[in-house]
Amino acid sequence: MDGRTVWLAMAVLVSAAALSGCSGETFTDEEKATIALLSLASLPPLPPDPTNKYADDPAAAALGATLFFDQRMSIDGVVACGTCHLIDKQFQDDLPRGKGVGTTDRRTMPLAGVAWGPWFFWDGRRDSLWAQALTPLEEQREHGGTRAFYAHFVAENFNERYQRIFGPLPDLSSVPEQAGPFGTDAEKAAWATMTPEQQDDVNRVFSNLGKGIAAFERSIAPQETRFDRFAGAIAAGTEPSEDAALTDEEIAGLKLFIGKANCSTCHTGPRLTDDSFHNTGVPVVAGLPEDLGRETGAKEVAADPFNCLGKFSDAGPEACGELRFMVKDDPRLTRAYKPPSLRGAATRPPYMHAGQFATLEEVVDHYSRAPAAPSGQSELHPLNLSERERQQLIAFVKTLSN
Amino acid sequence: MKSGWLYALAVAVLVLVAYGAHVATLDARSAKPELDLARSQTTSGGLYVAAIEPEVADVKQGVLHSWVLTVKTADGQPVDDARVAIDGGMPEHNHGLPTSPRMTEYLGNGRYRIEGVKFSMSGRWELRFDISAAPGSDSVTFNLVL
Ligand code: HEC
Ligand code: HEC
Ligand SMILES: [Cu+2]
Repeated sequence: MDGRTVWLAMAVLVSAAALSGCSGETFTDEEKATIALLSLASLPPLPPDPTNKYADDPAAAALGATLFFDQRMSIDGVVACGTCHLIDKQFQDDLPRGKGVGTTDRRTMPLAGVAWGPWFFWDGRRDSLWAQALTPLEEQREHGGTRAFYAHFVAENFNERYQRIFGPLPDLSSVPEQAGPFGTDAEKAAWATMTPEQQDDVNRVFSNLGKGIAAFERSIAPQETRFDRFAGAIAAGTEPSEDAALTDEEIAGLKLFIGKANCSTCHTGPRLTDDSFHNTGVPVVAGLPEDLGRETGAKEVAADPFNCLGKFSDAGPEACGELRFMVKDDPRLTRAYKPPSLRGAATRPPYMHAGQFATLEEVVDHYSRAPAAPSGQSELHPLNLSERERQQLIAFVKTLSN
Repeated sequence: MKSGWLYALAVAVLVLVAYGAHVATLDARSAKPELDLARSQTTSGGLYVAAIEPEVADVKQGVLHSWVLTVKTADGQPVDDARVAIDGGMPEHNHGLPTSPRMTEYLGNGRYRIEGVKFSMSGRWELRFDISAAPGSDSVTFNLVL
């Protein structure tokens, strides 16, 4: 090697070092704005729920917390909300499909930050947290009881507490032990024999139980993660250090997430969800009944007697914008699901609405290939990610977990 | 020795300058043609002049809000009794609006309240209005950047 070549090599090295220093750590203003939007610091205060006048009543929340973990609230006496929504597991159960009295067709959803969203369930078939809570209680594979059963249960076990919060309990003496519109044939028949007034009385108690449980769930807030501390430092223009630092690999993953990989188009805002519904071509699970996602969910929520416009809602129609202006009858609703929050996702496999993917590697592979949807049209386009980019994305998703 | 250092420095500077130029051309190429963000536009067939104004001071991502659409004829007369249909989406992402906004009230003087608008993500959105009234049917598309 002559002198020239050595100096040339040194020059290239020096400039390479200078260039890597400037492209690795810095963000464009646009990237900084997106990072700030994803950060917990931009989470608005808990929105009020005008459909539930007990939403912020501490006594209702305390009763709701008790009910959430009470296994007697089920037909077999061993299923509570907390059976599937485990308090020490981000309120989910690590299973591909939730298991109560039987096995359901969908993945149990985590509950952190749930009260910030307008739609509940993977397909958004309920429009309030209290109307949501009523659904598993009467689903045969979850709690398996009927609304008459729950009304009697409260009257027997929480009589005083109930009345202090919600007012007088109706006379339930002539209401059948088990009766409801969704139960067994015998339970449906028993419901049909009740007078409209009796049905109304039971519906009122039942909806109040939901409102108490919802008041409790409103307290389940998302937790600060390393990413949020990092975002805080970026916003403040300070050097992220120690428990706020991200590695080069994680930063590269963040750049992909908000850039070339387009993840933040749907996983946006501080809860990493746009609260809307998207078909992402997730495969069907063999053996499960047909699942059309939001296509069915939109119809169900419109017909739900406990929705925002129904008589058990405490709000007038002016508070029901989400329901009144929701998209219905649109082909893009077929197999569209709500993007889950990615907060805590890294530590709660399996993934997707029926637990289709066991690992984040499988998730990222899915986004890289963007296969055609089983029905409807996938919104994704193939990303053709390299092995390195996949690892970077996964590394970033992990910074959203503690 | 000394000339060696100079040589190295010169090459390094050249490399950096070349890189800078490369970045500059990338920027120039990725800069999109100027987007028309006007809140008042003539409809595509020239029948109306339509203007939109949000009813809230600050249009926030992910929050439902209303707009007021003002429809006038080309010579400035307010248009009554119009039927208005709203559509839109994000052309770059190939998706429509996350909600189905509707015209819910005629406010008089060619002004119509449009309720149920929501922008679920940041970026460029299109809002399209199909307007039908006595002079005929016409449409107009507005660009909005969030
Ligand atoms: C058998 C297990 C099981 C039980 C018991 C159960 N859940 Fe769930 N939960 C699920 C599954 C599965 C989903 C998603 C179901 C779907 O989308 O169809 C879900 C969804 C939810 C959601 C929606 C979260 C979101 O982000 O949209 C909430 C809230 C919730 N459950 C609360 C409750 C409450 C309150 C109870 C008790 C009254 C309860 N769950 C009982 C399994 C269960
Ligand atoms: C077009 C909207 C969209 C885009 C873009 C998108 N996602 Fe998703 N994401 C969703 C939806 C919808 C689901 C749930 C789908 C289902 O269950 O069928 C989901 C689910 C997930 C899950 C599973 C979470 C859980 O708790 O089950 C992860 C992880 C995830 N996305 C990560 C990403 C990453 C990483 C990217 C970028 C490569 C990305 N997403 C891009 C909409 C999107
Ligand atoms: Cu978009």
